[in-house]
Parts: sequence; structure tokens; C-alpha cells
Amino acid sequence: MVSGTHAPTAPGPGANGAPVERRPVASSNSRRFLGLLVAVAVLVVLALVSVAVGSKNIPLTVVLAALADHTGQGDAYVVWDMRIPRTVTGLCVGIALGVAGALIQALTRNPLADPGILGVNAGASFAVALGVAVFGVSSISGYVWFAFAGALIVTVAVYVIGSAGRGGADPVQLTLAGVALGAVLGGIVTAMVLLDPQAFDRMRTWNAGSIVGRGWDILLPVLPFLGIGVVLSVVAATALNAIALGDDLARSLGANVTRTRIIVIVAVTLLAGGATAIAGPIGFVGLMIPHIARWLTGPDQRWILAYTMVLAPSLVLAADILGRIVNRPGEFPVGIVTAIVGAPVLIVLVRRRRASGL
Amino acid sequence: MSTPSLDTSTAVPTRPPAGVDFGHRTFVLRGARFGLRWRARTLVVVTVLAALTAAVTTWALASGTYPLTPAQVWAALMDSPDAGFARIVVVEWRLPRALAAVVFGAALGVAGAVFQSLTRNPLASPDIIGFSTGAYTGALIVIILTGGSYLQVAGGALVGGIATAAMVYLLAWRRGVQGFRLIIVGIAISAVLGSFNTWLMLTADLEVAMSAAVWGAGTLSGSTWEHVAIGGAGVAVLLAAMAFLAPGLRQLELGDDAAMATGARAEPVRLAVIVIGVALTATVTAAAGPITFVALAAPQIARRVARTPGVTLVPAACTGALLLAASDLIAQHLLPVTLPVGLITVIIGGGYLVWLIVHEIRRRA
Repeated sequence: MVSGTHAPTAPGPGANGAPVERRPVASSNSRRFLGLLVAVAVLVVLALVSVAVGSKNIPLTVVLAALADHTGQGDAYVVWDMRIPRTVTGLCVGIALGVAGALIQALTRNPLADPGILGVNAGASFAVALGVAVFGVSSISGYVWFAFAGALIVTVAVYVIGSAGRGGADPVQLTLAGVALGAVLGGIVTAMVLLDPQAFDRMRTWNAGSIVGRGWDILLPVLPFLGIGVVLSVVAATALNAIALGDDLARSLGANVTRTRIIVIVAVTLLAGGATAIAGPIGFVGLMIPHIARWLTGPDQRWILAYTMVLAPSLVLAADILGRIVNRPGEFPVGIVTAIVGAPVLIVLVRRRRASGL
Repeated sequence: MSTPSLDTSTAVPTRPPAGVDFGHRTFVLRGARFGLRWRARTLVVVTVLAALTAAVTTWALASGTYPLTPAQVWAALMDSPDAGFARIVVVEWRLPRALAAVVFGAALGVAGAVFQSLTRNPLASPDIIGFSTGAYTGALIVIILTGGSYLQVAGGALVGGIATAAMVYLLAWRRGVQGFRLIIVGIAISAVLGSFNTWLMLTADLEVAMSAAVWGAGTLSGSTWEHVAIGGAGVAVLLAAMAFLAPGLRQLELGDDAAMATGARAEPVRLAVIVIGVALTATVTAAAGPITFVALAAPQIARRVARTPGVTLVPAACTGALLLAASDLIAQHLLPVTLPVGLITVIIGGGYLVWLIVHEIRRRA
């Protein structure tokens, strides 16, 4: 174990005067890079396993052969038309949720913040419930645009409420506004579905969060939005390092706090809104992966983002694979498994090391 | 064993020396062993909130399929001989539910204030330690497996909630419980149980799942005198205990080091306060289901209305009581459809919080 004599690598005092063990697992850039390579390797393995495992198992050699074979017969059909879209969906959703979580935690300087805090999930589920109960929508491709539109509108509303006044968007106000508005919408959704059994039935399926049956026709139109979100997050990473020191200090260091906030919120909306539109609400990934990344790398947002982009899709894919294996030939939706897979890891981490501040 | 005395309270740095004007009027009550200092605004706010709660409760007692006037309600409550049938309607049928709303609302407000003060985080509520989710899991299992009577569901909720809270505390324990670790472990365990709940709902028959969802939203519709007596007694004992711990809780807000330097014993106080907060939530959840938003919103609303620097217990209790009583009035009488009260608390509590934030920002700008 590292002793408290090392220079702390994260800002902020120890909460109760215990010796501060703040050195991250990977404490030099070369180690961080090595760790990232290992994580990428794990992700590649998980992606291959995700293509191979399911109610019909396909040996890895056959998978590799099928990747070259584009005839669309037998195993190649399963690989190309079912498993690969599902795996790609998992990758995209994982990256989007993880990055959105890392951004929102850095922006609000609140480790309790998750992408849902800006009202993304509440807005998406409100719009889907509206679509189901009022317009009778019943297919995934119908839900997508309702969910996306709902997420966008509610996030803008939260931002407008949270940033009214002279100082721009104060993170605490933003968080409270998001929680309050999200709760109101959640209450209305529950009221709507309790009065309409059919809507209740559809919403409980959508609410579980799943990446099954999302074909290219659902994935491709949303992908550009996710791409813009990832690019914006990379642009904002350096400025977020300054914002971690507090708004005043960040300004005096030359960071443009307001511009960074707007970039980050646009990115979070696109990423979390897009992911929720594709898969329904998947919790825990955006909340927890950034914590794990921070423990591994220390407080530099650029490394946190890089690790998050690899670890988050790994969690989603691992959870999805596990959901297929445990309950054969049935499946657990991935949104149910993510927490069950991720929570023990998190508890072990939080018990082993002191939680790193933001 | 330290008793609360003037000696310890003079050590609290918030106490102004005599004769210094801090810009707001305060009322001071000094006894041999106790000192009490209230800001004038807090006192006024608490009085107004209490009066509003009484008015809302009277309205709830008067409305229903057998409408009464406030005077008739008063006569019935005072057991006047000419009240007649109104006495049965008010005292036997309507009073338990109205009282349950007030008592449980106050309990939730205090529980939320305790956790927000403890973690110094406005997002914290007893839910962070997993209690509500665990209680929902317990109740869901009872409802889905056995159908479950009121008492069985309450028992399942209690067992589930307490087991979850104990598990979170034990997993977060490592040479003391640090607030941040408690939050993270709480989130992790809640997430697991939340997933399990979603799966239980998916596997259950539609009708069973819907009745479970009504319980899960929080409803006061099953309240009888028996439930209110048990729940009310529990809440009263817990609130009395909380009054003794309140000074220590305020000291803990300064951080463990400063709290210990000013004479508080950080770890025992924290454990006692957590136990009381969880027990308050447990009592309410067992009786009425997880009415979640009151604990989150009441302390924040109270802080803004009373303009106190941190969350405070008594205004939070009054706000919680008013919020739940008013919500139950709306859920029961003012809407064309009957909904679980938990949905109304979420909608009006959340809406009011949004309005307050906007108002606050506008005033500052």
C-alpha cells in the first residue's frame, strides 16, 4: 500500500484526517498507457465473445471465418445480422453513457451526478410514455425519436432553469433543477401508466434497458449525434481540468468557464440522449465507470475520458454476455445486469482505496 | 457520558458573543442545562407552516363523499354530543389517514435533513443508504410470491429495508464510516436491488405488477387507527431522540476534525443519527410504502423558505408534514382520478423546488 508521505495527486483535503492515500493505481503516463492497452485488449476479447456467445454458441474460429464470409447463410447470418449489430450497439451505448457520466461529474463537481441528473432519462421516458399512451407507438424504431426528442427538450429546460440569472449555470442549481424536474416527470409517467395497463406493460419492458434487436436502421441515424458528442468531450477535457479547481481559479487560469459548460452540456445531452434513445435507460454505467477510471488514472480528465471510453463499453458488453449465459435460452436485459456486474467491483474498489475526490 | 449543557454549546462557533449584531433577530431561551437560540425568521416560518398544515388537515377531514363544514369537523373532534354521525366519519374514517400524512411527512422531512446534513450533499436522502430500494424489494417479493396482506407487506418492507441498510453500513465500514464511502456503497447496493426490482416487475403478471407499482409509489389509502398508533408512537420516540442529537449533528457539519475539537464524538453521533434516520424512514415505508421525494425536497424547501445557512430539522419536519398532508388532500379529493400520494408529492414537491430555484436565482441576479 502506498503511504501518506507521497504528494497527493488529487486536490482537496482528507475528510477525517486519516493518512491520505491518493496515488492512483497507474501513477505515471507510461503505466497509464500500458493500462489502457490492457483495457483495449480486454474490450476486443469481450467484443469477440459477444459475437460468439448466445442461445446458439458459435466457436471463435467459425466467427472469424464468418467475418470474412458475407454470404448471409447459417452462422454467417447469425453473426452479421444479429450478433454484430448487437455488439456494436453495446459498444456505442457504453461509450456514450460512460463519457456522458465522466463529463457531468467533472462539470458539476458532484460524484453523485450521473447523466440522468440533467433529466435525460426522465425526458426520454416521459416522451416514450406519451408516445405509448397517447399515440399508441409500440415498436423500438418508434420509441427512438420520441426518446431522443424528450431527452433533448428536458435537458434544455433543465439548463434554462439552472442557468437563469447573471452567473450562468451554477452546478448546484443545475443538479437540483435536474433532479426536481426529473422527479416531476417521473411522477407524471408513473401516474400515466398506472391508469393505463397496456402502457404500463410496454413501459416496464422499455424501462429495463436492452440492446437486443436494435438493427442498423435504429443505430445508424443516431450514430452521428454520438460522434459529435465524443468529439465535443475531447475538446472540453483540458478545460475541465481547470474547472475542477473551482470556477474562480479556472477563470484566472484562462479557462472559458461558460463556453466549456455549454460544450459539455451539449455533449452530455447528445451522448446520453442518443444512448437512451437506442437502448432505453441503462443505469450505473455513466455513474460508476468514471469513478473507476479516476481511481486508476488520477484526476486528469484526459486520461479519465480515455479509460472511460474503453471501460464503459466493456461493462456493457460483459453485462450483456452474462445476461445471455445465466438464463439460457432466455435472456436478462442488459440494463438489469450492468448494476449486478458493476456494483461488486465498485464496492471492492471503494473499500480498498480512499475515494478520490473530484 | 456527556450531557448537553451550556458548556458544550458555548463551544459551537456559530454562537455569537453577547451584543454582536449579526443582521438577523434571534430569540434565546436559556435553561439550567439547555440553551435554545432561534432566528426570528425561522420561528415565523415554522409557525406559518404549522398553521397551514392544520388548515390543510381540517380541509381533508371535511371533504369526501359525506361533506362537512369546518365547524362540524371541530365539533366532531371535540367530541361534542350533537356531532352524531359526523363523529364516526371524522374520527373513525378520516382522522387516521390525515394524521398519518402529518406524522409521516414530518418523519420523512427530518430523515432527509439528517442525511443531507451528514453527507453535506443536497442530493442525499435516506434512499442513498438503500433503504427505500431494499424495502421495495422486500415488499415486491411478498406481493409477488404470496399476494400479501397489509401487515405482511409492511413486514417484508421492514425486513428488506433494514437488511439493506445494515448491509450498506457494514460494507462501508472500514475503520469508521466516511460519508463519501457510505454514499458510493449505498448507490452500488441500491443499483443492484433496483435491477432486481425491475426484473421482478418484468416477470410478474400484469395485475400483480401494477398493484406492486401502486405500493411502490407510496400510498396512504390503507391507514387505520392501529397503523397510525404504532407508526406515530415510533416516530414520536425517534424524533425525541433526534432532538438530543441535533447539536452533535450540527457540529459534524464542520467536518470530523472540527467537530471533535468542539467536543462531539464523531463516530458514535454519526451512527446514532444514521440509525434514527433509517428508523424514521423504515416506520413510514412499512406503513405507507416508499414515499420518496419528501425526504429529498422538504429540507431543501425549508432551507430556502427559512433562509437558514444549512438544512435544519424543525423547519424540515414542518415542511415535510405540510407537503405530505397537502399531497394526500390532492390525491384523495381534488383530482378526477385517485392516484397514490407518492406521485403527488413528487409532482408538487418537485415543481415547487423548481420554482424556488428559479426564484432564488432571479433574486440573486
